[in-house]
Parts: sequence; structure tokens; C-alpha cells
Amino acid sequence: MSTSIYSSTEPTTSAFNTDEYNPQLVEGVESVLVIGSGGLSIGQAGEFDYSGSQAIKALKEANKKTILVNPNIATNQTSHSLADEIYYLPVTPEYITYIIERERPDAILLTFGGQTGLNCGVALDKAGVLAKYNIKVLGTPIKTLETSEDRDLFAQALKEIDIPTAESIACETVDAALEAADIVGFPVIVRSAYALGGLGSGFANNAQEMKQLASQSLSLAPQILVEKSLKGWKEVEYEVVRDRVGNCITVCNMENFDPLGIHTGDSIVFAPSQTLSDEEFHMLRSAAIKIIRHLGVIGECNVQYALSPDSLDYRVIEVNARLSRSSALASKATGYPLAYTAAKIALGYTLPELPNPITKTTVANFEPSLDYIVAKIPRWDLSKFQHVNRSVGSSMKSVGEVMAIGRNFEEAFQKAIRQIDPSFIGFQGSDEFDDLDNALSEPTDRRWLAVGQALIHEGYSVEKVHELTKIDSWFLFKCMNIVDMYKDLEQVNDLESLDKELLLEAKKLGFSDAQIALCLNKGSDSRTSELEVRSYRKSFGIVPFVKRIDTLAAEFPAQTNYLYTTYNATKSDIEFTDNGVLVLGSGVYRIGSSVEFDWCAVNTTKALRKEGKKTIMINYNPETVSTDFDEVDRLYFEELSFERVMDIYELENSEGCVISVGGQLPQNIALKLLHNGAHILGTSPEDIDKAENRHKFSTILDSIGVNQPEWSELSSVEEAKVFANQVGYPVLIRPSYVLSGAAMSVVTGEHELEVKLTTASDVSPDHPVVMSKFIEGAQEIDVDAVAHNGMVLVHAISEHVENAGIHSGDATLVLPPQNLSQNIKDRLKEIADKVAKAWNITGPFNMQIIKDDRDEGVSLKVIECNIRASRSFPFVSKVLGVNFIEAAVQAFLSKDVPEPVNLMDKAYDYVATKVPQFSFTRLAGADPFLGVEMASTGEVASFGSNALESYWTAIQSTMNFNVPLPPSGILFGGDLSKNYLGEVVKYVAPLGYKLYATNEDTKKYLETFSKGVSVELIEFPKNDKRKLRELFQAKDISAVFNLAAKRAESLEDVDYIMRRNAIDFALPLFNEPQTAMLFAKAMSLKIAEKVKVLESKDVIVPHEVRTWSEYLHCKPI
Amino acid sequence: MPNFKSTAPKAKFAIYNNSNPDSESGFVEFQGYSFGAPVSCSGEAVFTTSLVGYPESMTDPSYKGQILVFTQPLIGNYGVPSGEERDDFNLLKYLESPHIHVRGIVVAEYAWRYSHWTAVESLATWCQRENVTAIGGIDTRAVVQILREQGSSPSTITVQGSFIPKPIKPETDLVKIVSTKKPFFVKALSSVKTPFNVALIDCGVKENIIRCLVERGANVTVFPYDYPITSVANQFDGIFISNGPGDPVQCMESTVPELKKLLETNTLQDLPIFGICLGHQLLALASGGKTIKLGYGNRAHNIPALDLTTGQCHITSQNHGYAVDVDTLPESGFKPFFQNLNDKSNEGMIHVSRPIFSTQFHPEAKGGPRDSAVLFDRYFDNMSQYRALKGPKVKLTLNTSSLATERVF
Repeated sequence: MSTSIYSSTEPTTSAFNTDEYNPQLVEGVESVLVIGSGGLSIGQAGEFDYSGSQAIKALKEANKKTILVNPNIATNQTSHSLADEIYYLPVTPEYITYIIERERPDAILLTFGGQTGLNCGVALDKAGVLAKYNIKVLGTPIKTLETSEDRDLFAQALKEIDIPTAESIACETVDAALEAADIVGFPVIVRSAYALGGLGSGFANNAQEMKQLASQSLSLAPQILVEKSLKGWKEVEYEVVRDRVGNCITVCNMENFDPLGIHTGDSIVFAPSQTLSDEEFHMLRSAAIKIIRHLGVIGECNVQYALSPDSLDYRVIEVNARLSRSSALASKATGYPLAYTAAKIALGYTLPELPNPITKTTVANFEPSLDYIVAKIPRWDLSKFQHVNRSVGSSMKSVGEVMAIGRNFEEAFQKAIRQIDPSFIGFQGSDEFDDLDNALSEPTDRRWLAVGQALIHEGYSVEKVHELTKIDSWFLFKCMNIVDMYKDLEQVNDLESLDKELLLEAKKLGFSDAQIALCLNKGSDSRTSELEVRSYRKSFGIVPFVKRIDTLAAEFPAQTNYLYTTYNATKSDIEFTDNGVLVLGSGVYRIGSSVEFDWCAVNTTKALRKEGKKTIMINYNPETVSTDFDEVDRLYFEELSFERVMDIYELENSEGCVISVGGQLPQNIALKLLHNGAHILGTSPEDIDKAENRHKFSTILDSIGVNQPEWSELSSVEEAKVFANQVGYPVLIRPSYVLSGAAMSVVTGEHELEVKLTTASDVSPDHPVVMSKFIEGAQEIDVDAVAHNGMVLVHAISEHVENAGIHSGDATLVLPPQNLSQNIKDRLKEIADKVAKAWNITGPFNMQIIKDDRDEGVSLKVIECNIRASRSFPFVSKVLGVNFIEAAVQAFLSKDVPEPVNLMDKAYDYVATKVPQFSFTRLAGADPFLGVEMASTGEVASFGSNALESYWTAIQSTMNFNVPLPPSGILFGGDLSKNYLGEVVKYVAPLGYKLYATNEDTKKYLETFSKGVSVELIEFPKNDKRKLRELFQAKDISAVFNLAAKRAESLEDVDYIMRRNAIDFALPLFNEPQTAMLFAKAMSLKIAEKVKVLESKDVIVPHEVRTWSEYLHCKPI
Repeated sequence: MPNFKSTAPKAKFAIYNNSNPDSESGFVEFQGYSFGAPVSCSGEAVFTTSLVGYPESMTDPSYKGQILVFTQPLIGNYGVPSGEERDDFNLLKYLESPHIHVRGIVVAEYAWRYSHWTAVESLATWCQRENVTAIGGIDTRAVVQILREQGSSPSTITVQGSFIPKPIKPETDLVKIVSTKKPFFVKALSSVKTPFNVALIDCGVKENIIRCLVERGANVTVFPYDYPITSVANQFDGIFISNGPGDPVQCMESTVPELKKLLETNTLQDLPIFGICLGHQLLALASGGKTIKLGYGNRAHNIPALDLTTGQCHITSQNHGYAVDVDTLPESGFKPFFQNLNDKSNEGMIHVSRPIFSTQFHPEAKGGPRDSAVLFDRYFDNMSQYRALKGPKVKLTLNTSSLATERVF
């Protein structure tokens, strides 16, 4: 057993505020390698940008040099204002070894990069890399990490201290799993070791389900665990911190609204626990401390429990000896900076030696007391996927989460619901459920709506809903208070009859103005609007109060900037004399809006502060850096609704509001804010509206001579057909009312058009459809720019690798562009200039442009224009070394505005490529096929000295991407009418792989390209996943190229099965022609080197392993 | 479904200016609704930042006569467990004494409907049964800010339809009220072969303190606060001084001189003594120290207490308005044992040579964290050593079988 890196594990009376203060820090540590978590994916998202950023801040304060590896270019942590050196490289043991070889860090931090970071650490230790380079593992030792990750070791360890765990049996085969299930008895839960977010986990009620589940899980992990299911028990979590001398605190506990059985990431959660007595609360708290002491955690740890609903019986479900999604939530819920504290502890500080950074006067060795309640609700985007299984269970599927703060359950819960999506008015029902009882008992992403439907509209009793859902009756009683208020409000026929008391009571229960208006209008003739309710409410002086989060329930004075609003109060904690600038954050992470907008928001506040402005952030996403305690002057953890933003704007007497850096969500309320008297910084929302409204947009483009694809807005199927025939298929349709499936789709013929417009959506004058000519095979280009008073200051042109038709969020972007002539670049700049001028833009904007060379000459057609910061702002800023957001802020303020510069005329000796990060693995059944609807959950980017090298590195940076090495097998399939697949084979065939196809036609087709390399035919067992897996193993298939022409219509489709199983078996999948060809090209160039490097006994550092600053020759941003 | 809140009687909570409790001019008033007994009340307003444990707090005799403000905004969620059910030691299974001791409670929001497997009634019903005033709908955070600034203050809760209460100063004989009137005896389980005998001086003892002693294998004889303990001390393996309400100087004529005598008796120099909360303060007074009134006291479950002898920091449960002035401890006898890392106040003392220590916080918890329960083990270690030293000389001759088996009032 290795000795501790800490010289002493005995406590001393050293505390930060006593004379004895004398911290004994780890010696010999000047530089620290910090492992990031990579691209955002389901189960591992923005929370690790927050935790990594805090860790780096803590290291910086201690004057340590920090070296960060994280290919997630959109994160805040990958900034030189935080880390000293940054590698945009794969977070894999292989690449980390290269970095270690180059940098020779003294120490490494493994627990701030999620499961990815932790797994890398364990692997590096096993491979002897950490020992070879004499690297100290700061914080929790590797041995503890291993124990917490290996179920057997873990169960054994807990047995030693008499802490009950769910009995589990480790199995390595399906037969063993079936036997184990018999032993523990059905229903059982299956878990896999070393999995992120419960991947490959699930429940089985009988042998048949067990067989299916076990074979799938065993395809993802070598070992699975079979446990007795504790469905219906309460699920409770504790966040625990321990220092090197054994001082322990539990920072927060959390209780799931959903009983055990749903992954905590997919559960609605409240903090602190609400239905636990002192006895239960402290029984579990004591157990958590006992566990963390026994395991020897040094830093942060999360303990998940199942608690019997009718006794003191409990089980430990899981321990995460690292920062986690829950710890991020706990940190935001309490105000206690967990990650920062954990990093300090890793350096050797003890808890009494650290001041509480919130109060500055009390010690970090205490437990926050909450005088409010916090609600967290996950956000799913399952409707974006085809064939996806909507049930939620032990494997996480949500892509983001919201957190709301209130002084009672109802207020917090209703705020949170509206935060998930503005289309929800609050706690509500939905008439979508054919079988409501089933919707209640079988959890899906929509279950809370079923609860609402049952209680609000169907007259179900709390007892009945509890019986079906096992949700604790206390939560349901609280929901009933909302239901009762609905009924009271619906009795009121118009605004004038609404008395002050009832109105105030409704506000206290978290009702929004819009929600109240809806109630008044229900069953009466009144047409009360949200704004009328607002002014009526204000006439009574009913406005929200502002309370502080101070970690100690006001026991001591604390000047914190962490705020929320509530109607359950009679006094505000703060005075409003700052007149700060309001910055609207991104809200919940979802497909299409994620950490990149958090980077934009954080950089906006940084730039504003630099220009001497006071800043006020509004955001409600607990996974963000923008909601960190030290980023802004005031942070409102609040809804981004018109109502709440306007409330805060008025309370704060704000001098202006930034609406263009948080993605589409803040943009949607911009016009309303303006019309109600808010000063909007940057482009006027009136002008923004002229870009969002298709008619106005198109008219202006025509008037300034900028080209666009033919388009029209149509209100009947007939009109749609006429338009489609006129411009020719394919056409892109965007119905305004979607019944099922994706909102946007490409339609190739009249029959399909009819189907899409009748069964999948409704087209009428009320619900028009926007249609445009879909240009095939054309290159797409992204232009990001910042303008001031209509003049472009900076712009970036990024090339898409994929052709138009793939959502720009799923596209691979190359910057600087490699295939555009000077003439094209000039013309693009000209378009940017014209657009900036026409819309009188001040601030950020983004355009997607198609390079259409079907006819003679090349025409550039604008297909999309967003007058706001785009997803690619952090990418272009970091690649070009110019902070676009800072320029935008200077433009907003008309202060220190930079001179216009054409960054695209400069020469760059490097290329950066941004590739999407998909999470198909987590979305059982979902078809991994790309189209006009975005499907990726994150992105990564890497630099290289040329496009191929940067792509090669970037694609390896996506999660769990294993480069296929010869002589393994590669499976091919898809559209044979084009040459794409053949081109791929041309590159791959000579490299020594075995080539496979599933039908004779494909085999023949491939062999015409494969230069004499024969293609083996394999038979696909379509309905037997296990046989399929055995086949993949027998043939050693290590990658799949499936270039189907269109989406699968059924689950029997061979291409679908091929794609889906590539995902299920964790193999690289190339499903788009241009990226497939690019990767094939990269393979032919790089595979030999890769093989050599991997086989070498000495560590050979590949060429691409260079820091960001080495590529840029400077340290910007 | 009735809307309870709208049918509940209106109520007002008023906090008076500390310096002038008789004047009606200086007060701040909050409007709310009543959910407890339909009677107004008056008492010293104090607040607790604990997240759980309202049944435990309300039955803790240390809160006698006070109006307790909860900062946790949702109270009543898990109802109230049985006040009659008893455990294997014949101690109350769920509550800290048979009745509610606070005069009133102030909460932000009362949960009209509760859910818990141990609950037998709602908090409202319980308060009504126990004639305790309860007000909801109060901005308790704003209340705390007032109490934080002006200190624990005289306050009243006025329930619509009840009398108008006057602010009063805290009573000075609270210990007398809550202490058992006659000794009672709690027996260790018969499986314990040679139980220790502990004499517990009851200044308002919590049920769980007795449990912490009995479950570790002691017979506990509980004596009234003014019992001449020295006269029987030689029969016991250890003396325990309990928690209790109010200013420790109220015991200057009763418990303190008796403890002084105990400490000074030559034959009892090796006798282990353990005191908690008020017991700690009384021990300090008996050994020549002084106590001070804290501005607003420490009532919480999250307070860091640093063990000055080992450096270990414990998260502790606390409930006190007074503290020992550590500078007044006689240099030859006691040294500080624990220190509050938040406000630096004294959290305990330990004798330099004798097996005596005491803590300001509550190692027995209920409610609150159980981190420091190890101090009971330490007390038992002291008793073991004492027994080894004294051999069979220490013998309980009191006729315990004639004693009551629970508190006597």
C-alpha cells in the first residue's frame, strides 16, 4: 500500500481565525495537471465546467501552475484567465500520458472531471504511469477511488463497518446474471461497474427481461451487478466533505420526489430533505460520515441511499468519491463552494483552516442551514429522437436540469417547472395520456404531467396517486395546494373581481401572472392578459422580495451576492442602489443550447466589470459557472421569464439589459422587455424581430441584394404542394404546430409531404408551415461576427465539413477555412457588412450561409441569421485568439470599441476543428442518424497544424472513441447509389483491416473500390442482440461506416440496426459521408504512426500534443 | 378539500425592543395565521437554524418558556410521533420529555397535511392539545435579522379572539419548573452484567441524555436540581449534570453550591463528572468561573466545535443563550476543552488532572448531529478507571426500587 502524500493525518488546533493557524500543505507540488471531463454528454455535462473552474481557482490562489486537459472548447475552465496551460486533447490515458511526458507535473487532480477523469486516473495508476513520473494524486487516493468504483470491494468495505448495502452479485455472463436474479429474487436491478451515469443499468421483472438487459449491459461493461430492487423506497443523497485529518461535514442532503428506481440525474429533487425526521436525517448523515472516513476520502464525496418509507431500514446504493452532478447541485443549493473547498483540501488544508468563502468570517468546517427550499427538475429532449424509449429508470437520459429556489414547496416547484420550458405555465396536466394510471406507475420524462393531470383534471385523490407512483404523500399534498388555488382562481371571472388576498396567496404559491390570467379566462369571457395581471398586481404593491443565500439562515450577517426572489416574505435582504447591468444567462442546458452560452454570459460579465459596470446575472442552471458565487456583483438564481426579469429590472433600477449572449431563451422575451420600458443593450429587439420574422427577414435580404433559398409560409397542404413543385423537391419544412416527432424535416416527395403535414403536424391558417427549397450537396458556412452601429468589427468564417442539411449544431466546423477562395471570403465579409448595416447591429450575430455551386458561378445564400451570440462564439474566439464577446460588450457600451479588423485575412499556421459530441449511447433505441434537427449534446475541438491532424485529434476527443486499429474489422453499409462509401473503402482497404458487409450488393460495390482487398459477407441476426454481439466480437469489428441515404422507417431496417448496435457496442460510428471520408483520409495518414506510438516501449509524443498557447504563439482570453 | 390557511384564525407576532420590555412603543409586528392553541402567549423569542427535529426541540426542557422561531421554512411536514411510546429502557421513544416546553412557535409555513410512518397526529393538533401557541406565515428570515441585531427579545404571539399578551422578562426559576420533583431511577438492561451507577442532576434533562447513559450500560438515578448530591456521591461511579433552561445564575443558591461542595470533597477527587450545556455552565460557576449572556445565543445543528486537546472539529447541536467566560476559569483547575469556531465562544472545559469535563454543546443530539457522542464513551472510560481504582468500595445503597421510574411532577 502506498503511503499518503500528506505528511500528517493527525489533526492540530490550526484554524484560519486562530493564532495557531499553520496549514501543512502537500510539499513538492508546484504544477498540477487537472483532468477535465470532455464534451458535454448525457450523464456528464456542465457541472464539471463549474467544478473544474473552482478547482483551478483554488489552485491558482495557492500559486500552483495548472495544466488542464479538456477538449471542450466552449467551457469556461479552458481559459487562460484560469488555467496556465490548456491542452484541447482527448481525455484518455493515452493522451494524458503524452502530456505528462511533456509537462512533468508534480501532481494530478482526478476528481473534478467526472467519471471520465476518475477512470483515466485509475487507468494511469494501473499502467504505472503515475508511479513512473512520480506524480502525486491530490485528494482522495487512487485506492479509495477503486474501492468506491468496484461494487465487490465497495460492498466488502461497507460490510466492515456494518453499513447495509443492497445485496449484489457480480456476473460476467448472461447465464450467471440469470442465476443471480433467481438468488436475490425478482424484481432486480442490474448495474455495471465503472459506468457513467448508470449506463447499462436497468430493472428486470422476469427472466426474459433479465436476459435482454444482461446481454446489453455486458456489451458495455465486462461485469454487471444484479441486486434486489428496492422500488418504492425513498431516495436520499448526502454530500460529504472530509479533510486529511478526518474532519467531516455533510454540506447538504437532498430528497428525490421520485422514489427509488429513477436515476438521480433523472429525478426531481428537493433540498434539503422534506419528509425525513431528525432520527432518519441523522442516521443517514452519521452513516455517510462513517463511510467516507472508512474509505479515506480526502475531498468531496456523494452517498446515495434508499430509505424505507415505513421503517428505519436503509441501504447504501452508491458512493461517488468525486465531484458529481449532485455535488454541483448541492453547491448551488446551499451556496457552499464544494469544488473549491475540495480542491483546497486536496492541497492539504483542513476544514477549520479554511474560511467559509461566503461569509468570510466563519469557518468552512460547518454545515449550511437553508431557510428556503430548492427544487431541481431534469430537462429531457427525447422528442428530438426517433424510436427512442421514453421510460426513465436507472440509466440517465436527461440533458440538463433546472434549479429553483422558493420559501415553500409550491413556489420552488412551479418556478422550476416553468424553467424547464417556457411553454409550461407551472404545475399542470396534459391530456396526452391514453392510460393515465400507466403513465403514473411507469415513469417517463412526462410523469410529473401525469401527476398534474390526475390531481388537477381527473379528480384523483392523493392516496390514489401515491399508490400508483409511490411519490411520498407529502409532496402530493403540496401539489394539492396548487390544485386548490387553481380552483379558487377559476371561480374568479375577471381581474376586477380578484381580491388582493387571493392574488397574494396565488403569488405565494408560485403562480405566474400568465398562469393567473389563464385561470381567470377559464370558463369565463374575460381575456385577461399577463400584462394586465402584472399591472393589477403592482397596483396592490404586490411585488417579489429579494432574499439572500448565505449558507447560515441569516444567523450571522453575510454580504453575499447570491439572491432569489420570493413572495413569501415581508422584507428584502438587500438595497437596490447598484443600477447594475442585467445579463440574461442561458437557462437550462438542452440540445441546441449549452455550455457555450454560459461561456458567453460569463465573458459578458467579465467584460462589463472591466469597463467599470456593476453586473447582475439572472440564470437558473446549477451546472453553470455563471451562477458561481464570485463571477458577478449580483446573482439572481431565477426564472428567465419576462415577468421575473422585468421584476428584477425594476427592483434593481437596472441601467440596461443584455439579452443577446444567452442563446434563444432570453432573446424570446427581448421585445416584451423593450415594450415595457427596459433598456436593451445592443441591437434593438425591434431590429432583432426583423430577423426572426421570416417575412421581414426575407424582404430585407432582398432589398440589400443578399441571396437566400426560395421559401414561403403556407397555410394548407395544397399550397404546400404547389410551392414544393414550383421550387422542386427536396424541401425543408418547419411546421409551427408539431403533433409528433421532430419539428423540422427534409421532404423528398409529394407523398412524404402529405404524410408529414397531416399526421405529424397540423397545417392551417392558425398553424402555418414555413417551407424552403432544400439545397443538396452544397457546402455550409458559419459566419460569426460582432458589429457596432451597423459596422462589422470582427468576424470569423468557419467551414462545415458536412454538407447543408445537417443541423449546424451537429456539424463539424473547421477554422480558419481551408477550402474557400479569397473571393468567397471577401463576398462573405460583404454579406456580413450588409446584414450588420441593414439590421443596424450592435453586438454579436451569426449567419449560416450556403455555398451553392449547382449553377454557373457560385451563389452564397443566407439560410439563417441570428442576431445574438451563437453556439460557436467560444470556438471562434479561442481559435482566433480574439474575444468576440468582449468586443460585443465594448460595442454595447460604445466604450473602448476596437478598430474593425479582418481576422480572415490573417495567416494562421494552425487549424482547429470542432466536432459534435453525441449521447446516443444513453438513448436506448434512438436512431443515430443526422438531419436538420440537432441531436448532439456537446462538442469538442482540437488544434492541429493542418485540417486532417486537427480532425484526427478532435474525433478522438469525443467520448469513448477508440481508434480502430488493423487488423480488426470494419463494417460497411448504406447507400450504394453514391460513391461516398467507396471513397471511404479506397482509403481504408490498404491499411490492413478486415472489411465486412451484410449483403451481396454492398460486398460487390465495395470490392470495386477496395483495390483487391476482399470484403467478407456476414449475416445479421436482426432480432437477437446477443448473437449480434457475439458476431461483432467474433469478427473483431471495431468501427462502422453506415452511410444510409435516409432515416430508417422501421426498427427492422438493417442500416438502423447497424447504426444502433455500433452505438450499443460502443464502437465508432460514421453515419455521414463527408466526415466518413475525412476520417478515412485521416486514418490512411495517421494509423501507421498511431500503431507505432502505441507499440513503442518509450513514450513517443505525437505531433498534435501541443498546448493551445503553443498553437497560437500567445495566451489570449 | 378545505383551505386550512384561509380558515385559520389570524395571529400576530411582535418582537419588543430588548432594552425596554415593558414599553409597548418599541416593537416590530408580523402578521400571520394561528395553527396551534387558540391562546396568545408571551416569552423570549429565540431562533434555531436546525433543518429537522421540531418535535425534539419543542420538548427539550431547555426551551422552557421561550418562543421558538424556526428558520427552516417548512415545519410540520412529518407530523408528530407518539409522546407515549417508550423504548426498552422505558424512556420516551420519540420525544425529549413528556410535554412541550416552548410557549409558542413561529414558522414561515406550516404543513397542514403531514406524511410519516411515525406520525400519530399533526403538529397543529399536538400544539392545541398541549395549549401551545403556533403562528405561521411569518417571514422568519426577517425575524432572525431582528433577533440577530437586538438579541433574544421579549415577544408575544397574539391570536385573534384571545387575550392581548404583554411582553415579559424571562422567568428566573425555570430550572425549578422543569426539574423532576423527586428522584427517579432508570435501570440498565438486565443483559448488562455490572452496570455503572450514574447520578444525574436534572436541571431539565433531555430523554436522550438518559438514553445515552443507560444504553452504554449504566443505571441512572435522576435527582432534582437542588438535591444534596454530595451526600450520595460516594455511592456512584459518576456524576452527570444535565442541560436545562435559562440563566445559570438562577442556580447560584441551589445546584452551584452543591457542586462546589462536591468538587471540594477530598474523598471524591477521582469521581468522574460530565456536564452538558447548563450542566457545563453550572460546573464552571461552581469552580469559580463566570458566565455571560450571549447576544442571541447559539441554537443550531451545524456549529463547529474544535477539540482544543486533539484538533478534531465536531459539528454540534446547540441550544443555549449563555456561555462560560473562558477567561474566568481558575488557572489551576480547568482548561478550555472545545471552542466554537464561529464566534469563538467557549464550548467546554476539562480538568487538568481529574476525570471531569463538560461541554456547552449536546453530544447526545436529538435533534442534530451525533458526531460528538464519543464523549459519552469517554465518560464511561473514566468511570471504568474510577471503578478499577476504587474497587468494590463504591456501592449504591440507595433503595432504587422504591424510586419512581420516570419524571415526577
